[in-house]
This record gives sequence, C-alpha cells and structure tokens, in this order.
Amino acid sequence: MSALTLAARDSSTMIRRQLKRLLRYPSMTVQLVVTPVIILLLFVYVLGGTLGQGLGGGRGAYADYVVPGILLMAVATAATGTAVMVATDMTEGIVARFRTMRISRASVLTGHVVGSVVQQVCGMAVLVGVALAIGFRPNATVLEWFAAAGLLVLFALAVTWLAVALGLRAQTPEAASNAPMPLILLPFLGSGFVPTDSMPTALRWFADYQPFTPIMETVRGLLLGTPIGGSAAQALAWCAGTAVLSFLWARRAFDRA
Amino acid sequence: MTNLAIAATGLRKSYRDKSGDKVVLDGVDLAVPEGTIFSLLGPNGAGKTTTVKILSTLTAADGGDVRVAGHDLARSPDEVRGAIGVTGQYSAVDKLLTGEENLLLMADLGHLSRRDGRRRAAELLERFDLVEAAREPAATYSGGMQRRLDLAMTLVGEPRVIFLDEPTTGLDPRSRRAMWEIVRELVAGGVTILLTTQYLEEADELADRIALLDRGRLIAEGTAEELKRRIPGGHVELAFADAARLDAAVRAVGVGTADPEALTLRVPSDGGVRMVRDLLVLLDDQCVEVAGMSVRTPDLDDVFLTLTGREKETVR
Repeated sequence: MSALTLAARDSSTMIRRQLKRLLRYPSMTVQLVVTPVIILLLFVYVLGGTLGQGLGGGRGAYADYVVPGILLMAVATAATGTAVMVATDMTEGIVARFRTMRISRASVLTGHVVGSVVQQVCGMAVLVGVALAIGFRPNATVLEWFAAAGLLVLFALAVTWLAVALGLRAQTPEAASNAPMPLILLPFLGSGFVPTDSMPTALRWFADYQPFTPIMETVRGLLLGTPIGGSAAQALAWCAGTAVLSFLWARRAFDRA
Repeated sequence: MTNLAIAATGLRKSYRDKSGDKVVLDGVDLAVPEGTIFSLLGPNGAGKTTTVKILSTLTAADGGDVRVAGHDLARSPDEVRGAIGVTGQYSAVDKLLTGEENLLLMADLGHLSRRDGRRRAAELLERFDLVEAAREPAATYSGGMQRRLDLAMTLVGEPRVIFLDEPTTGLDPRSRRAMWEIVRELVAGGVTILLTTQYLEEADELADRIALLDRGRLIAEGTAEELKRRIPGGHVELAFADAARLDAAVRAVGVGTADPEALTLRVPSDGGVRMVRDLLVLLDDQCVEVAGMSVRTPDLDDVFLTLTGREKETVR
C-alpha cells in the first residue's frame, strides 16, 4: 500500500473511532447543539425587539441579521469541546499506544477534526431549523445555500484544526478549555450581533478587520442577499490560511508531545 | 551467538527542567536475545519507563545506538513500530469503546482484513477471558480486566518484540499470577519480552536475565540466581524466652548475631527448607527451646542496599 492509501485508511479508522465515541458520550454534543439555540432565542426574543428597531425593522429583521453570527459562535463553542477532548485524549495511554504503532501519525488528529466537524454540522443544521421556525426568512437559491454551507464547513475545519493545535499545546484539559475562549467573543466584536458602524472608532476598526466579520458578511449575503463585495475572497483566504497553518502547527505539536 | 531482539549501546537521555539538566539514562547497554524475557528491575525514577519509551520510539534518545528486531531505531522507526507491541503502566485502552471495539480498532490500524480482524479479536477475547465483557465499555472493566484487554490489544498485530512496562503494578495477587501465566505463554510462542518491574519476585518468576537499573545506570546484570548469590541479607530469626536459652542457642549454632535486648538470634540463611529444618533439629538436640521463628529471604531492598549502599526508599 502506498503512503497515501495507508494514511486514508488509518484516517477513516480514526474517524470511525471518533464518531463512535461521540455517540457513546452524547452529553457534549447535546450541550454544543443546545447552547447556541438558547443564545439565538435570547437574542431574538429578549433583545431582538429593540435591536431590530435599530436595524430599521422588528424582531423578524433581527432574527435575519443575527443567525450568521450565531452560526459562527456555535462553531467556536464546539472548538472549546474539541480542544478539551484532544487534551484529554493525550493524557490517556491510548494515544501513546497509537504512536508506537506503524500508522499514519496525522490520522489520530484527522479523526478528531472530522468527528468535531460532523458534530458542528449537526449543530448548525439544528440551529438553522430553529431559526426558520422563529422567523428567519432567507431568500437564498439552492446554489447560495450550498455556497453558504460550504463556507461554514470550511470555517468549521479551520477553527477545529486550530482547536486541535490548542488542545495539544495545553498542559491540562482545564487549560485547553480556556484557550479557544476568545473565539467565542469574536462574533460580538464583529458584525455578528450589530452592524459595525454603530461601534466606537477603535472597536469598529478591529471589528471590520478581524476574520469573523468577512465570513459572517459572506454568509449573510448568500442567505439574505445583502451586499458581499470583497468579503467572500477575504473569508476564503482567512479560512484556508487558518486551516493550513493550524494543521501544520497541530501536526508539529503532536510529533513533539 | 543467537540473534539479538534488542541491542542498545550507550543509551543516554536527560531532561531539562527548572533545576537544570536531569540525567535519566547515563550510558545503558542492553542485549536481549530473541525468544527470551529480559527484566529491567529498579525503583521508581530509576529510568525504566524512559528506557521503554526510547526503545518503543515514543521518545528520542540523546545518544546511543539501538537496534530493535533488527531495525535501526533512529533511521527506520516505522520498521521498528511494525515489529513491536507496548503495554504500559497506565492502561492504553479507549475507555469509551467496548473491549471488542478496542480490539477491532487495533486490527484496523494493523491493516488486517475485516475477516481476519474479527477472527483475531474473537481469539483474543477468548484467550484473555473477556468474552462475557466483550460488549461492555472498557470504562466498566476492573483493573485486571483493563490490563488484560491492554495486552490483548498489543497482541492483535502479532508483534515479535513486546515491551511490558510494570504490567502488574496495582494488580491484586490473583490478576498478577494470571498475567505471569500469559507472559510465559507468549515467550513459549517465540516472542521476546522486555519487562520492567519494581518487584524482585516478578523478575525472579519470569525473567531469563535481569538487569538492575539505578539512577540511570545498570548496576548489575545476570540470571536471578546469579544476582541472589551476590545479595546477603537472607536470614532466619529465632526468638527465645530468656537470656539463658539465647546463650545456649548461640553456643549450639556458633554463627549469627545475637540481640540480648530482643532475645533474638539472626542466623544467615538462604531461607531453604532443609537449612531451616537442620537448624531446628540442632537446637532440639541441645534441648534449647525456641519461642518463635521467622524466615527472611532477600528482596529488592536487600539488592539495593547491597549494590548501592542506599535503602530503596531513599532512591525515590
């Protein structure tokens, strides 16, 4: 077998391991699905009336506005779980066993990443379902839905590889749970919950140039028809760059640990 | 000379920490012939686990040449990984998966076909007495069962060289005996085993050759018999009711150390039944009544006391 087929075979074995583990231990998945739904309900029903007026509409207009931000927040929340899971896995003997076996080394990490992305896609699907039920009214074509889904999966991959790297670098599972925390805040410090032009200058500058904003603007544009402009290219560049660099970082950290 | 399954020369390793470089292995040489059990014996912190980590490709050595199963460790670690199996001190099982799933995971990673993997898993479950628990998550297993599953997982890939790092630490006596039995069967099947342990008894039971590791150096090597001969410390302790009887015993036996305070006499001994019986017969002939007796055989503490001049505890 060539190195590539071996890597593919080991990765698929590790992905199956991870999916089984997620099914065996569903409380984490449930938590990752439920938390963003609660946030969505809070923002739409508690804050949405007032915030919607600021957008020149009502609660429905705010539901439309906030969904892309909460989708990204859901992924960032899941990243915390991934980092903890990787850090925990590293403290157990099983990973030491994998390292003494003649297998593709990156496959251990690939298993974690794919498992988490599957988890996140489920979470995002539930979130969009709930959003549609409470007044989220996208006007996207099928093609635009696919484009938005594709970008979100790419984003999930990038954030998850970053979470894996952070989990590997953390000394303890507790430390691993703190490392991805800033990611959860990024939708707030961008165009996720309110338009950036309502913010003070310094914050607005940060919000306009941080990576989550072009991604949220692109998803918003694809689903709701708002202008996308240069955001799409920036979004793809951020996602691809983060994914590649984090993959390399994670692989290096795994070899060294 | 027979082929060596493990050949290491000048193995060195040090870790850097706050207090500077800490030398863990300081020039260790190992030669383990194929099909034998070699035991590394030493207290905590002697460097046993580090040695296993290096030999099993988990950690790189700072210096030294190592060949495992005929492959150079530094140049072709993947070839080495293909030939070895490792069962560590901490169980390396996936606790969320069942016993059977753990074994099938190993079969998949060993690139066995689906059918061969199932057959091998079933065989090992049977052999390690895990059939009933096969569908239970490993998290529900007892310590002994986890250790058996751990070893079964190591065997899925039919390794030629197996590293067992303190395989019985924390096990109850019955599980320990069961583990010994399994190890003996493995070697009968032709594999080579490097076993680390803190227990002289375990090395004595299993190993063809024993090496004593202390502070990163091998301080003695040989068969169990050879090592024990170098260790004094075994004795029979006789207790008496009063000083007169103790004096009579000292005159009758002629050797040993009397303790007039405790009213005891220590007679050097290998602890053998014949020697003890002869001693008691001798005292009986002289009509010296013995109030109590205990036999002490040399143990790891004696080994360390003798060879390092320090108590085992202080090494930690």
